[in-house]
Amino acid sequence: MSAGHSTYQPKTGIERWIDARMPLPRMMHDSFVSYPVPRNLNYAYTFGGILSIMLVVQILTGVVLAMHYTPHVTLAFQSVEHIMRDVNSGWLLRYMHANGASFFFIAVYVHIMRGLYYGSYKAPRELLWILGCIIYLLMMATGFMGYVLPWGQMSFWGATVITGFFTAIPLVGEWIQQLLLGGFAVDNPTLNRFFSLHYLLPFMIAGVVVLHVWALHVTGQTNPTGIEVKSKTDTLPFTPYATIKDAFGMVVFLLVFAYFIFYIPNFLGHPDNYTMADSLKTPAHIVPEWYFLPFYAILRAITFNIGPIDSKLGGVLAMFGAIAVLFVVPWLDTSKVRSAVYRPWYKLFFWLFVVNAILLGWLGSRPAEGVYVIMSQLATIYYFGFFLIIMPLLGLIETPRRMPNSITEAVLEKNKGGSGLPAGATAAPETKG
Amino acid sequence: MKKILNGLVVLGVLMTGCAGVAFAAEEAGHNPAEPTHFPIHKPEEMDWSFAGPFGTYDKAQLQRGFKVYKEVCSACHSMNLVTFRTLEGAGYNDAQIKTLAAEYQVQDGPNADGEMFDRPAVANDHFPSPFPNSAAAAAANNGAAPPDFSLIAKARGVERGFPTFVFDIFTQYAENGPDYIHALLTGYDEQPPEGMEIAEGTHYNPYFIGGKSLAMAKPLSDGQVTYEDGSPETVDQYSRDVSAFLMMVAEPHLVDRKQTGFGVMIFLILFSGLVYLTKRKVWANAH
Repeated sequence: MSAGHSTYQPKTGIERWIDARMPLPRMMHDSFVSYPVPRNLNYAYTFGGILSIMLVVQILTGVVLAMHYTPHVTLAFQSVEHIMRDVNSGWLLRYMHANGASFFFIAVYVHIMRGLYYGSYKAPRELLWILGCIIYLLMMATGFMGYVLPWGQMSFWGATVITGFFTAIPLVGEWIQQLLLGGFAVDNPTLNRFFSLHYLLPFMIAGVVVLHVWALHVTGQTNPTGIEVKSKTDTLPFTPYATIKDAFGMVVFLLVFAYFIFYIPNFLGHPDNYTMADSLKTPAHIVPEWYFLPFYAILRAITFNIGPIDSKLGGVLAMFGAIAVLFVVPWLDTSKVRSAVYRPWYKLFFWLFVVNAILLGWLGSRPAEGVYVIMSQLATIYYFGFFLIIMPLLGLIETPRRMPNSITEAVLEKNKGGSGLPAGATAAPETKG
Repeated sequence: MKKILNGLVVLGVLMTGCAGVAFAAEEAGHNPAEPTHFPIHKPEEMDWSFAGPFGTYDKAQLQRGFKVYKEVCSACHSMNLVTFRTLEGAGYNDAQIKTLAAEYQVQDGPNADGEMFDRPAVANDHFPSPFPNSAAAAAANNGAAPPDFSLIAKARGVERGFPTFVFDIFTQYAENGPDYIHALLTGYDEQPPEGMEIAEGTHYNPYFIGGKSLAMAKPLSDGQVTYEDGSPETVDQYSRDVSAFLMMVAEPHLVDRKQTGFGVMIFLILFSGLVYLTKRKVWANAH
């Protein structure tokens, strides 16, 4: 598509007939066969494909689960157990779906980190990045509502806490909360609307994914060097090169996914969710799913009032701010160089950011007391500091390393300098940044 | 890859440091008579036949465990989500399950006259509850309804903490529930530390996850349940057996899951090898 001309040749009469009327085969051919990709993409670039597989897995398992699930407060918990006990392979479907959500988030976090590392968000890919942020936001909403459906203790109390955030918003907060809940507390109307929305949102995600891929195919992919494609030797056709490499990434990812499903299916869950929701019994520690923990830590790090903003509103603003800041990353990064490969200082701060994000996740699972609060506050400062201070300033003061003139040059340099393997054995000319 | 590994090493060091600081801070204000975190003792890890990638249920053990449940626990604890048919997992055949179920009366109806009636249970019926409803259960038990046992082995688990939870991924540790139940049932004999106040009507147990004492008195004592297979009739053995049984009723498809998993893993490993070789072949001419 980006090449601007199509190489599709309809071979049979039927293909020509379709091509003249609705050239879908042509579009597929141009997007997934002849589409040129940079030849130096490494395995970090396979997560886009992995994410689309995960979306399909979630929708397929979810549609079948919905056939056996009952969205009613007195029956939801039992219907999930009915799936686990009586439905043929129901346990497999449910464990795939529950762990699938986690693995969807693992993949999206790697995908986002890859974008941050290689500067994938920089012009002309700002819209591509923002569409990705929207998908992430939709995923979070879907994941949150999905966790409520089994109607366990953590479902109920997690929903109570998270919808409670909205009451911190002045004037309209209470109204928004009641709209979300369908009442004054988490109850049957909440479960019903969450079920409806949980079924709807994945299809909205699929829609935005189409836009995301469209935007990607207009600008073309970035690559570990961050240098734009300049000549034909910089690229390879999507099929077979990227297809087979993506396939390998997917199979390895599925291997890890299967390990969790079959051997430790409840590792990422919370035991309390195997107790039916009880509005009179508050669990000792209410924790959201692991993929929300960094934001939960940021929420609870704000324990002080700032002027007219009390700590509750401050926490909610910080939490939403932590996601909102992602949307403006393309304009926060002032560096002329795209890839961290040529930015020694950015590379350091980036890995500190990753470590800090994981630390925030761990802190989110701790009770908000004592030393954990101070640690959360420090980690929150770094989280925002990375985006709001380091990104803009570093781009102005950092001296980048010498960059190759083209992707081809970078690949050739790597092949001759690197491993000492014969050229034929460098099956992965990409290698890691 | 090297970078990711480096990152992970740095992360490991930092997290361990942070955890150290946090634990030190917690320990500083620690008074054995006024514990703030529960359980006071972490449960001991036991050997379970159903642990690990090739784990299977020990049917003799499950049948002993069922005997303990039937003769002791079921006086107070329901198992609402479990059908008699689930006992297939403990090695009972259809005829045995039919006989077992018939020992219980369940309510059915209304019949053609509009009357509810009792009838012997069949394999598809759920275990009847010892109490007509949860209010009755609470009223008979000092205000706290005894928890249902259908999922108890998955609904309880003591937090493992960093870094143990990371190792658990590789050791496939998933027996938090049975370990906890065993620890709780065998944990009643310890005496509370000097100066600790135990609320009236509750019983000290340092393995209890919800506080220093619980409403349930020590439920098992040596020799209470007769075993026909010569297994030791001790609290420890009863606890192991009933924990294993509760794991089976909570996760009846565990063995099926692990066996299916083995096939899936073998397939994916072979398939990934083939895809990798194909990928190398394809990329060999791209330089």
